[in-house]
Amino acid sequence: MIDFNHANQTAVARLVASRPRLTGVATARDVIPDLDEDTLLHAGPPIEWERMSGPLRGALIGALLFEERATTPAAAEALLAEGAIRFSPCHHHAAVGPMAGVISPSMAVYVVDDVEHGHRTYSNLNEGYGKVLRYGAFAPDVLERLRFLNQRVGPAIGRALGVIEGGAGIDLRALLAEALHMGDEGHNRNKAGSLLFLRHLAPAIADQGGAEVGKILDFLGGNALAVLNPVMAACKAMADAAHGVEGSTLVTTMARNGTDFGIRVSGLGGSWFTGPAAIPDGLYFPGFSASDANRDIGDSTITETAGIGAFAMAASPAIVTFIGGHPEDALTATLEMYEITVAEHEHFTIPSLDFRGSPVGIDLQKVVELGVTPRVNTGIAHREAGVGQVGAGLVRPPIELFEEALVAWADRYLS
Amino acid sequence: MTVERHRVLPGTYCDSVLLMRLQVALEKEPGVTTAAAVMATPANREILEQSALWSDEFAAHRPDDLLIVVRAEGEAAAAQALERADTLLRQRSAARGTGRRFHSLERALAEHPDASWVALSIPGAHAAAVARQALMADRHVFLYSDNVSLDDEISLKTLAGERGRLLLGPDCGSAILGGRGFGFANRVERGPVGLIGASGTGLQTVCCRLDDLGVGVSQMIGTGGRDLSAAVGGRTTRQALALLAQDPETEVIALVSKPPAAPVAAGILGAAAGIGKPVVAGFVGGGASQRLGQIELAGSLEETAVRAAHWVGQKAGVHPSRGSGVLAGYFAGGTLALETALALARWLDPLHTNLGIGRAIDPAAPEPSQHRLIDLGDDAFTLGRPHPMIDDTYRLARLRQAADDPATGSLVVDVVLGDGAQADPTGELAPLLGQLGQRATDRGRDLGIGVLLVGSRDDPQDREAQRRRLAETGAQVFTTVGELVAWIAGRHLGPVPPSDHTPVDASALAAAPVIHLGLDSFAESLTGQGTEVVAVDWRPPAGGNPRLASILERMKRG
Repeated sequence: MIDFNHANQTAVARLVASRPRLTGVATARDVIPDLDEDTLLHAGPPIEWERMSGPLRGALIGALLFEERATTPAAAEALLAEGAIRFSPCHHHAAVGPMAGVISPSMAVYVVDDVEHGHRTYSNLNEGYGKVLRYGAFAPDVLERLRFLNQRVGPAIGRALGVIEGGAGIDLRALLAEALHMGDEGHNRNKAGSLLFLRHLAPAIADQGGAEVGKILDFLGGNALAVLNPVMAACKAMADAAHGVEGSTLVTTMARNGTDFGIRVSGLGGSWFTGPAAIPDGLYFPGFSASDANRDIGDSTITETAGIGAFAMAASPAIVTFIGGHPEDALTATLEMYEITVAEHEHFTIPSLDFRGSPVGIDLQKVVELGVTPRVNTGIAHREAGVGQVGAGLVRPPIELFEEALVAWADRYLS
Repeated sequence: MTVERHRVLPGTYCDSVLLMRLQVALEKEPGVTTAAAVMATPANREILEQSALWSDEFAAHRPDDLLIVVRAEGEAAAAQALERADTLLRQRSAARGTGRRFHSLERALAEHPDASWVALSIPGAHAAAVARQALMADRHVFLYSDNVSLDDEISLKTLAGERGRLLLGPDCGSAILGGRGFGFANRVERGPVGLIGASGTGLQTVCCRLDDLGVGVSQMIGTGGRDLSAAVGGRTTRQALALLAQDPETEVIALVSKPPAAPVAAGILGAAAGIGKPVVAGFVGGGASQRLGQIELAGSLEETAVRAAHWVGQKAGVHPSRGSGVLAGYFAGGTLALETALALARWLDPLHTNLGIGRAIDPAAPEPSQHRLIDLGDDAFTLGRPHPMIDDTYRLARLRQAADDPATGSLVVDVVLGDGAQADPTGELAPLLGQLGQRATDRGRDLGIGVLLVGSRDDPQDREAQRRRLAETGAQVFTTVGELVAWIAGRHLGPVPPSDHTPVDASALAAAPVIHLGLDSFAESLTGQGTEVVAVDWRPPAGGNPRLASILERMKRG
């Protein structure tokens, strides 16, 4: 009979050994596998237009406007509704995107190479705060900012990566390890990581000269989420390294599309296990409340899948108010996650826990046995397209996904 | 009337999350409909503009100014809310304990390798599996849970024995270990008496009585109600005896239980006899008090406590029994034989008699080479022969034969004086006993000889002269059955076969913390005693879903 514990150790060892480096910026259609002109990628598990939430629909409309496939939102919506466009999860293309996670063929994307295992992952560029495509906004200024990202910021970063470390790019695992020691948890707080990212890029971007250097650096420096997308691609590389181990019950994908929460499991191939995503339990910006919130959305749960984010909450006392307000609560949050994981991360350590490794490798079996689901830190999107972020908080996937997956695992390996 | 009022705290940086909480708190203030607490950054000012809490004054503020805005029903409410905001901002929440609780025993064990005990009071259907997990991790288990199957109890106790750990229970109500009370426990002084018992309330009663007598308790080890059954075989009791034997704090041991199953009783007292510490065995309902070597049998809880207290400070004269061979006793007096046999039958196993006790002896067959007490005054032996009170010839022949059997460890006879009895009953007996004793010594054997002498001062045979002559042969002379029985037990209880369990390390019993699963009141009681408790929020695997639980079970088995 299959030894799932052994399989999990194999899988988590691959996850921890993964060495993602940010090596370039490219146009999505040139690098992302199986992305044709009629395909749009989105966050979370597969979903059809009819069931999509406001922010995801808005982002898809925005993407068609950006691609100049339609000239008005109404025309774009008609195209999307009539089935002219194929919707495909980022996760089916080695990619991840925060919130709506929409990637269209012309978009600039980060390229991350797992130099340990030899595979690649991708993520889009972070647009910053306010009205942005990832929250479903598609007004002209949103598209304007996307163009600036695509035509100015992306190429500048790409050229910089071409010279950093002789073209080897940025070691994202090392960057994350450092950021965790500077108060980030890598999901909701990326302030330190983004500044480290800027510090890596700035000299090489400055060397490029040109009129917009200051503007590009200001854009990157002013966005405390600038590094989130490369970090997500790095986590995706780690999770992909752990995927496909025969018999393993390790969770290698957690993702939400604004309607459903979905997971995938290392030893269960491409199968998704999905259920209704929850409304996050959080704190809201002035003037907003839970009634404005969309269901949980985005691929950024890849951070928790890789052992950071809410799992490394103890490293990030600055944002502890989300989960109760006391530094002890942050410790408790991380300590709880050791109960459902199979290893402690060799490279991601937590100062307040005496530099213990962060809990990594979510074990389906433990989740079901204990009834303890993974913690997820998350931003909260307004349920209407284009309003943007209205708060931030904590959410957990429904236990049913894990139970379903365990039954599927048993059907495959115990019969 | 609705009013909007604001306060600006220049140069006051607060984390946005803290401010969101502040805002939530303000919105709960009486009369407040909406509130905002933000740093006056351009992005936040934009949000405020949308939320209709905007005032044009805000345009002039800098990003490091803190803006607090409330919309309230009337000036008073608004003012009170703004005041409340000041208070909340100044207030630094007091440090508080983490109150961390584990979800799984597995994690609690992994993160507390120093915890020596796992205390379980969870539903019985799940208790065995959890207890097994704790034993496999080399922890002692206090198992309060009941409804654990007999098979599970046996396999858990076997496992505990192999790993040198204690499994107290199932259905163990009470224990005190290393100064900590588990389950239902009384606040008693620490002291020299170690208690072992199947009955929780029995143990509690004895330890309280001892406390009243000014005597403290070293350890109190509950074994579970079935431990002394034939099926379980006293596994935990024997472990506990061995533990208290080596526990430096324990001077005197008291056992409390219902009378044990016959085959188990011999083993338990045999083990107790081998310890070299006084043992008081209170078998409630087990009959009269009696002395068995260094073991005292007490018939009640009260007597158990009193006798145990009496032993404190009297270490001298207690020697472990060596259990030398088998007993061969030849009585002329039927009632003397009967009383002796009744006192010993439960503890010497097997015991052969012609008294209707133990195994029956066939007068015509050769004597078995096992413990035996024979009434030679019985009709079967006096048929065609004089009664041994009148003529000892036949008994002397039996004694010679028994002494020649290398298995024999003790010879016992009675001598009854008085008118009508032999004129000099030890005239032949004493020289023979002397000779048999000497021969055994010459052969390097330890042959004990005990004589029960019954007679009055004025009897014609001169009781004192008879006693002296017997004593000069090296025989032990007793005048009561009780003394004889005590002497026999001291020679023949035990030894039990070497125990198959790994010794329990007494010095580690007190190690903290205690990992606790189950009843909150027990955890609180431990905490109240100053013991650190690691709480595990146990719940049935997969929340009790049978299909999932069965999958989990199969996964673990694999």
